[in-house]
Amino acid sequence: MEFKGKDIISIKDFSKEELLYILSIAKKIEKNPDPNLLKTKIASLLFFEPSTRTRLSFSSAMKRLGGNTIGFAQGEVSSIKKGETLWDTIKMAEQYSDVIVMRHPLEGAARLAADAATIPVINAGDGANQHPTQTLLDLYTIQKEKGKLENLNVGFLGDLKYGRTVHSLAIALSHFKAKMFFISPTALKMPKHYLTELKQKKIKFTEVRDLSKVSKQIDVLYATRIQKERFPDQLEYEKYKNAFRLDKSTLDISKKDMIIMHPLPRVGEIDPELDDTKNAVYFKQAGNGIPVRQALLSLVLGKIQ
Amino acid sequence: MKQGSKKELKVPAIKDGTVIDHIPSRVTFKVMRILDLREFNQAISVALNLKSKALGKKGIIKVGNRFLTQDEVNKIAILAPKATVNIIKDYEVKEKINVDLPDEIHNIIKCSNPKCITNNEKVKTSFSILSKTPLQALCNHCERVMEAKDITLI
Ligand SMILES: [Zn+2]
Repeated sequence: MEFKGKDIISIKDFSKEELLYILSIAKKIEKNPDPNLLKTKIASLLFFEPSTRTRLSFSSAMKRLGGNTIGFAQGEVSSIKKGETLWDTIKMAEQYSDVIVMRHPLEGAARLAADAATIPVINAGDGANQHPTQTLLDLYTIQKEKGKLENLNVGFLGDLKYGRTVHSLAIALSHFKAKMFFISPTALKMPKHYLTELKQKKIKFTEVRDLSKVSKQIDVLYATRIQKERFPDQLEYEKYKNAFRLDKSTLDISKKDMIIMHPLPRVGEIDPELDDTKNAVYFKQAGNGIPVRQALLSLVLGKIQ
Repeated sequence: MKQGSKKELKVPAIKDGTVIDHIPSRVTFKVMRILDLREFNQAISVALNLKSKALGKKGIIKVGNRFLTQDEVNKIAILAPKATVNIIKDYEVKEKINVDLPDEIHNIIKCSNPKCITNNEKVKTSFSILSKTPLQALCNHCERVMEAKDITLI
């Protein structure tokens, strides 16, 4: 499979075979990392909005394979404030580096950057649209923890309306015949067009407001942040906040081997008392970002075939 | 072709050029804009609010000395899906072209997502047509899917 020079913009761009291939490379690298694989390679990390977590993960991924990074985090560079176009910023960055990793608040910015650049562009999040490396590390985590991706029962919990990670993961899992449970307040339900897409792909799903109604069936529970600012009414927020909070009592009504995932940072959706249980995999999940991003960087740079 | 419409094409007759018929009346000027006809230096006649069984009111545009191509014609498909385009040579209809919505349209419609990069930087828009009826257009940048009611022209 040829990935050299490819852009990583949207999870929708990948076939099932390509997804599995990337995961297999991540597994190889995790087992046997070559600290000189990306020696002499430079990644531009262009972060137009803050995301310390993602930026550090990419930086670590690059450096642990012997590569280097340059770039900026939001607020550090004045040229953007002076009104330089994204196009021009990308044309500049490609002179200095071999691959561009970009986070941008506007949707579609990554596609534009890929059009501008002659070197590969990896989307590290474009507004509410896509964050493909997050989706890949989510898949990697599920595959690693459950030993497979096919035929799992996956619950999505919390803010399903605005949760970009949920949308992308649901679409990605539709390749693997997952059965899905969407558990959210009515105001934060999964957008209709995603449900339509799942229906077209013949994916079975259920929408409920209460986790306890479906928890006994769930193999993978993917929790997301419920953000205060999404609620026009703060009383509404207070009302929902605790209804979507996981703690040890959740385990009593769940499958013994259910795993709990979360894209992090959490804001109270998961009680810290769960952190030490074998069900909680969200910190491991964050760690899985490293081999997955290493795999992508090595592939698009043509260092692994 | 029906007798009646043949007559209509000849008034005012053009010797060589293109006649675009069956345009919904209210988008006639937009069609002219998309085809860059306002900048065009030859005789153009425009008729609006003509009676039409299929459209209610229709518009017709006749352009002298310019022959539209299939690609150009397709650009107006999103506005005037039922338009018929006749290429006239020496007062005769030499060719009829039907508009056909292409799989991709570039720089004709705007994205309805205010947070889309195409609404914030000078970028040409690009949409993939997922479905012709009912119309569904996917913004190739932000991935928003628009329906007919969301569509505005650039
Ligand atoms: Zn858009």
